[in-house]
Amino acid sequence: MISLRNIRKSYVLPKVTVDVLRGIDMEVAEKDFVAIMGPSGSGKSTLLHIIGCLDRPTSGQYLLLGVDVSSKTDNELAEIRSRKIGFVFQSFNLLPKLIAWKNVELPLLYAGVDADTRKKKAFEMLEKLGLSHRAEHYPSELSGGEQQRVAIARALINDPAIILADEPTGNLDSRSGKEIIEIFKGLNKEGVTIVVVTHEKDIAEEAGKIITIRDGVCQSGCY
Amino acid sequence: MDVIEVIRISRDSLMGNRVRSFLTMLGVVIGVASVIMLVSIGEGARSYIGRELGNLGTNILIVVPGKTSAKGGFHPPAATTIRKLVYDDALIIKKRSRHIQDAVPLILGTSKIKYLNQSKDNSVAGVTEMYFEIRNLSVESGRFISPSDVDSGRKVCILGRTVKKDLFGDKNALGALVAIGDGKYRVIGVMEKKGVTLGIDFDDIVFIPTTAAQELFDTDSLFNITVKVRSATEIEAAKEDIRQILMKRHANREDFTIMSQDEMVAVMGKILNIMTAVLAGIAAISLLVGGIGIMNIMLVSVRERTREIGIRKALGAKNRDILLQFLIESVTLSLIGGTGGILFAGLLSFVIPYFVEFLPTHLALWSIVVAFLFSAAVGIFFGVYPARKASLYEPIKALRYE
Repeated sequence: MISLRNIRKSYVLPKVTVDVLRGIDMEVAEKDFVAIMGPSGSGKSTLLHIIGCLDRPTSGQYLLLGVDVSSKTDNELAEIRSRKIGFVFQSFNLLPKLIAWKNVELPLLYAGVDADTRKKKAFEMLEKLGLSHRAEHYPSELSGGEQQRVAIARALINDPAIILADEPTGNLDSRSGKEIIEIFKGLNKEGVTIVVVTHEKDIAEEAGKIITIRDGVCQSGCY
Repeated sequence: MDVIEVIRISRDSLMGNRVRSFLTMLGVVIGVASVIMLVSIGEGARSYIGRELGNLGTNILIVVPGKTSAKGGFHPPAATTIRKLVYDDALIIKKRSRHIQDAVPLILGTSKIKYLNQSKDNSVAGVTEMYFEIRNLSVESGRFISPSDVDSGRKVCILGRTVKKDLFGDKNALGALVAIGDGKYRVIGVMEKKGVTLGIDFDDIVFIPTTAAQELFDTDSLFNITVKVRSATEIEAAKEDIRQILMKRHANREDFTIMSQDEMVAVMGKILNIMTAVLAGIAAISLLVGGIGIMNIMLVSVRERTREIGIRKALGAKNRDILLQFLIESVTLSLIGGTGGILFAGLLSFVIPYFVEFLPTHLALWSIVVAFLFSAAVGIFFGVYPARKASLYEPIKALRYE
């Protein structure tokens, strides 16, 4: 369902051009649970952003669910993010001024769902993640693990085809981190495709497949 | 996109920075309030003048000696002397023109007026019997000057309220003899209260027959001839009649000026319009400054919330969703500010007449509507740039922003 062909990404800085990705070829099949590994600066986050349509490759072809994404406009990409993709970030990226369920409903707001349905689905999703008692709390009142579970609820609310997680356990203690990985495994069993970027080996080993990136090229596991 | 939800987002954001939002709105409040206030003072002054002149009678022409032009322009000084207007001019105007109901020869001067040991210098107006009717004046007690008083130059006078009070206090003045200049005048009437009209205090004038005034001031030169035209439609015809008649009497020279009261109203109205426009324009500048304040604070807000914008975009917000969010925020600021300004102006125009008597105010509906729409336009105009800037942030850069 994800197919990358010779994906390159360079940043043009005033003095030098940095090639972050130097020709990545990669396949992710439906219902896969893939971990992308690699040292810092290897380009794995950039790769995830490109997969998530938050960023565009400098060159190469990217087919998402059979659709060529590279020619899409900004708004079409926003539409794809809204319908197909759920993000989970290392630093949670919850809006601090919104209570938990308001954070969770955001993707539905931008997908044009009405207010009653948004609220109902947000509470259902929080319940699924065992957080219904925290629905009216602000992110600052939640523990790191809870915040990340709210973020997962938000990622899941619009029934995305793929969950993309960028170091989802990076800001958590090991116990909370385990919990998050267990959640991902459960979701994967339900049929959600998951791509996780991590540099923790034991987390990556929970995934069905490991892709290793080094210096912007694929080292192993890309097919 | 759920507009109600976007309004709620904007509200939360504005409420989250109460002091900042309040100060930003204050700029618009002051701008809108001053536009409405200044227009309302201008409108008030205009309706005040209209009302006052209506009080002084309608369809009135005033003939004064000397040629001045109401239309402006430069006139070289006349080589010859100006012929004064005299008593007979008034009589003949009245007799010869069928458009004219009456013409009153008016002499105005100042004289010492004395009763027993009370004395004061006072304005004395020499008029004929019709003056009171033309100017909507009436007596409280006694009677007006009669035609026979005028014909015989009888030394009778009618006192304004203030003059009567100064000389007689609460005592009855009718029938008493007062000294005006060198002569003794019998009081035949006391005027009803009229008050100050266009700066002239009608209560502080002593009226005597024009013929008596000629003797008192030792002159036959008139201050003006006050003409009452039969109807509004005959004003132009009456003017032409007066011109013909007087030119014949003045060796074919137009050395006098005929002003109509309506023209004076029109001229004053024009001046007031210009004044109001200038003042409202200055006030509009403050509204503009308020708008710049909004833009400034919105730019700060956009910068502060870069990360929020990134998150919203990552979750599927389109450019126009972000644009709308920030635009609604700035429009809300300016509209609440505009409403506040309208309320503030309403309060001021209600309160001002209690403290400043000579400053009539008239809250014009159109100025409220215009100021409100203008403030909304300011919100949109100064909101678009920051909102557009926010909407064009690249999601990945906005997300990385710390």
